[in-house]
Amino acid sequence: MLDGLRLHPVVKLVAQRIALGILLLLAASVMIFLGTLVLPGDVAQAILGQSATPVALANLREQMGLNDPAWQRYLHWLYAALHGDLGTSLSNGRDIATQIGSRLGNTLFLAFWAAVVAVPLAILLGLLSVRYRNRWPDKLISTLSLASISLPEFFIGYVLIYFFAVRLGWFTSVATIYDSMDLWDKLSAIVLPVTVLTMVILAHMMRMTRAAILNVMQAAYIETAELKGLTQFTVIFRHALPNAIAPIVNVVVLNLAYLVVGVVVVEVIFVYPGMGQYLVDHVAKRDVPVVQACGLIFAAVYIGLNLIADLVSIVTNPRLRHPK
Amino acid sequence: MRIPISALIGLFFTGGFFLMAVFAPLIAPYGLAEVVGDVWEPRSADHWLGTDNIGRDLLSRMIYGGRTTILIAALATVLSFSLGSFLGFTAAVIGGWIDQLMSRLVDLLMSIPTLIFALVVLSVMPVNITTLILVMGILDSTRVYRLSRAVAVDINVQDFVEAAKLRGERRSWIIFREILPNALSPLVAELGLRFIFAVLFLSTLSFLGLGVQPPASDWGGMVKENKDGIVFGIGAALVPAAAISALAISVNLVADWVLNRTSDLKGGRGG
Amino acid sequence: MAEPFLDIRNLRIEATVYPPGEPARDIVIVEDVSLTLEKGKVLGLIGESGAGKSTIGLSAMGYGRGGVRIAGGEVWLNGRDIMKGGNRGFRRLRGKEVTYVAQSAAAAFNPAKRLMEQIIEAALKHGVANARQAEARAVDLFDRLGLPEPESFGRRFPHQVSGGQLQRAMTVMALVPEPDLIIFDEPTTALDVTTQIDVLAAIKRAIRDTGVAALYITHDLAVVAQVSDEIMVLRAGSKVERNTAENIINNPQEDYTRALVSVRSITHEEKRPTETPILVARSISASYGKLVQVLKDVSVEVHPGQTLAVVGESGSGKSTLARVLTGLLPPFEGEVTFAGRSLAPALAQRSKEDLRELQMIYQMADTAMNPRQTVETIIGRPLGFYFGLSGRKRRERVVQLLDEIEMGPEFLDRYPAELSGGQKQRVCIARALAAKPKLIICDEVTSALDPLVADGILKLLLRLQKAEDVAYLFITHDLATVKAIADSIAVMYRGELVRYGPKSEVLAPPFDDYTDLLLSSVPEMRIGWLEEVLAHRKMESAGH
Repeated sequence: MLDGLRLHPVVKLVAQRIALGILLLLAASVMIFLGTLVLPGDVAQAILGQSATPVALANLREQMGLNDPAWQRYLHWLYAALHGDLGTSLSNGRDIATQIGSRLGNTLFLAFWAAVVAVPLAILLGLLSVRYRNRWPDKLISTLSLASISLPEFFIGYVLIYFFAVRLGWFTSVATIYDSMDLWDKLSAIVLPVTVLTMVILAHMMRMTRAAILNVMQAAYIETAELKGLTQFTVIFRHALPNAIAPIVNVVVLNLAYLVVGVVVVEVIFVYPGMGQYLVDHVAKRDVPVVQACGLIFAAVYIGLNLIADLVSIVTNPRLRHPK
Repeated sequence: MRIPISALIGLFFTGGFFLMAVFAPLIAPYGLAEVVGDVWEPRSADHWLGTDNIGRDLLSRMIYGGRTTILIAALATVLSFSLGSFLGFTAAVIGGWIDQLMSRLVDLLMSIPTLIFALVVLSVMPVNITTLILVMGILDSTRVYRLSRAVAVDINVQDFVEAAKLRGERRSWIIFREILPNALSPLVAELGLRFIFAVLFLSTLSFLGLGVQPPASDWGGMVKENKDGIVFGIGAALVPAAAISALAISVNLVADWVLNRTSDLKGGRGG
Repeated sequence: MAEPFLDIRNLRIEATVYPPGEPARDIVIVEDVSLTLEKGKVLGLIGESGAGKSTIGLSAMGYGRGGVRIAGGEVWLNGRDIMKGGNRGFRRLRGKEVTYVAQSAAAAFNPAKRLMEQIIEAALKHGVANARQAEARAVDLFDRLGLPEPESFGRRFPHQVSGGQLQRAMTVMALVPEPDLIIFDEPTTALDVTTQIDVLAAIKRAIRDTGVAALYITHDLAVVAQVSDEIMVLRAGSKVERNTAENIINNPQEDYTRALVSVRSITHEEKRPTETPILVARSISASYGKLVQVLKDVSVEVHPGQTLAVVGESGSGKSTLARVLTGLLPPFEGEVTFAGRSLAPALAQRSKEDLRELQMIYQMADTAMNPRQTVETIIGRPLGFYFGLSGRKRRERVVQLLDEIEMGPEFLDRYPAELSGGQKQRVCIARALAAKPKLIICDEVTSALDPLVADGILKLLLRLQKAEDVAYLFITHDLATVKAIADSIAVMYRGELVRYGPKSEVLAPPFDDYTDLLLSSVPEMRIGWLEEVLAHRKMESAGH
């Protein structure tokens, strides 16, 4: 279809990848919808429990439109979701989109600051590890990262709370933020959750950064640059970096996608008013429309980040940018 | 053959945890649901780890909780592993549209974060052990699928496999005698990593209140039960959390060793 | 006699290795090597893999790859000991006094930068020239080394240029800073012969025109004899002998050197074609996918107990022919007859007997054997599979086969990783023989081996052919090998058969253009060969 247009290969690949992303998101929305269908009984049964009277069940089914065929309900749901209407909560009858609005902001705020701390730190540690490869700093960093990959978020979280909030009293154990707080207050409220999130993604990010840089540093063209008598600094910044940027950005973006998952647990630990907390609460209440809406948003963010990672490697590839 | 100290430590603790899980009723000093003291009693000769949020012996709860955690995680791992590696190997050796179909399906499943997908499913499914094992096992089998397919594809294009095909060997010989022995060490290391993932995932679900349901409890659930004590300076919740970490680290040390020892096709003896 | 400007004394080089799962340890790579070089002279360093030749070359720049370091001795350059200058001193001489040309220019150029920027970088860094001067010099050199469109050549990215051109561009890069010494590290090894001769000529011209001195590192004595004034032979990190190129070739003193010089001097009495060929391939055309046709109407015959050599450069389709014959790639046209019966196009439809009688040996013996199987299992499997042998009988037969490939029963329990390169290839030969085949397809079986080892394998194959009366279809890019063992020859070029017949006819004039080019490009073990060929080609092109 695009072949006839003689597009630049980069444009073509980018367009293909974006189209694939949209397709994937659509498929994910189908799965999220299906995920709530393939059950013993149906949503109404799940909400009201085994002891529900047939009349109550019938009423609820009517109210939720459960008597329509599944594909119709899916299209309705998707159409509404695309227009910003995520439906109403079963448990409290409120509009889901409004409730999510401010919480999504809070979650992004938390994730943003975690990224601000974790990304430079991970790259720095990755560089250190490469610089002192096979020597003690490298070994120490890799041992610590092996350990921190094994630690669940709530262990790190409660240890921090136990020592820094309870014993030392430096921070509060609950990270409450609201709109009227100024930035500084908000930041000091999220120090502990940001620390936990940082530790959770740091290890992965650092390991992958190390591998990405090592891969570039072992290339023959780095040796060529060294044999020109260039300084270590010039070799790294002029020859290694242009080739390492794409893999590093890739690593960073993939790990930001990890944040999406980490944030759910961290919000519960610190009773933080974000999307994760909201999602978990409503899973327990079996509030299906809320869970679907949250699931869709999390999936969209995740798929979007993966898409960005791929786009970066396409756009920075010299072979694609300057075809033969 | 020399085993590095880190791997020995890992093996020792992993073994210890599994023995504890198997012999839980024999080791535990008190019953699982037996209320034997006050709320959050400190450590004492009777209660080595103190008591929990409703006065049950924490050590006994830890031992039983470990049994639950390890059992469910192990079953989920067995499921994810057998499903993932079987399909992965099949896809790699058969190739063609079957490979394409399965691989795209796996891409799709992996396009949604595992925890989010699990939460969506658990919001409507009855939460019990069978559901947990199925959800965890199936969602995680996607990762095993990708690894075993990649490993098998790598081996499948080697000349020695081609030589076996040219000799006229059957597909079963090629899978079990040519490919499998060379795929074993990455797969064994992956087995450890998948088990760690299952432990952490189950603990997280239970911590969120969506895993093992009371009165039964696993380590993640015990963190949830005792977390309110933290703000009063009572560290009971930290004990199960630390146990999860210790188990995960031990298995990681072993897996790391297996992976490093034979990272590619160069090895001869051993493996 | 001029004062040497490069003087390496009692060099000792060590490396730290990190075997997985074991503690790091040090190994010695080069032991007590001394050499001197005068301005404007070329010294060839020659040796097999592991001889330490690249390591010695790089030591002139104070550089060690990976964990390699100079552990003893002195390196004097332009009257000072460079080992005393530290990193700063190294940086001052690298890229200015000494430059380097790597084996694989494709990997040695930074893929993210245009060629010109990389080529003039060292000159700018060391203040040898300003950008305009350096670019002008580069363009001049592009022109002299025969690169296309010299004015705009530097604006290309590395991936937009062919392998042979990149190798010349790398030579330009080494010349732009006007160094005293260039280290050429196997600069033509990765190239096809017809490309190699152009690059070789370009390098020789560049050295002559600029008066630069050079260390020329290679494993190919015939190549180094064309460009060097003197040659130093190395083996396992130590010097064997050093002499003028003339004397090394015509009057070698050491046994090892003599062996290197006489390599590929195997002779073989050509046999005449028989009435009943064992294999007949008729009008074979094949393609990968629907688009790329890699074989066009190829017909060849192999006769019982004889060798057909299929020669061609990369992309000639010679390996594809092997895939078609073995049934891995069914052709879309043509048919194959084997031992008088028609052979099914696809592997899956062939009978066990067909499979048994047509065996294959691979280029990389490393990957052709399952690393988890012992030698006994590897050789024994065909015995069990085709003849139902097992237990003691099978073991006896395996020992017998080991004996035929000049290896003892102590190898039965070894794994491939515990064998040397030559032993691995021998085991692969034994595995093929175990099936008692009528024809063995040998796909570049000696090209991954050092010359002396390769020679041993060729001799073994010839002896086995006589003893077992087996036919070979020998695929290779190396014409010297072809001359040594073939009875008939098929020359392939871009998927087509350009010349085919008994060896004596194929190798005798009149030639077609491609065969002429190919034959005349193969380096010969004598001084002055390169000049002769170039002069001859010049005359021919003037004549046309």
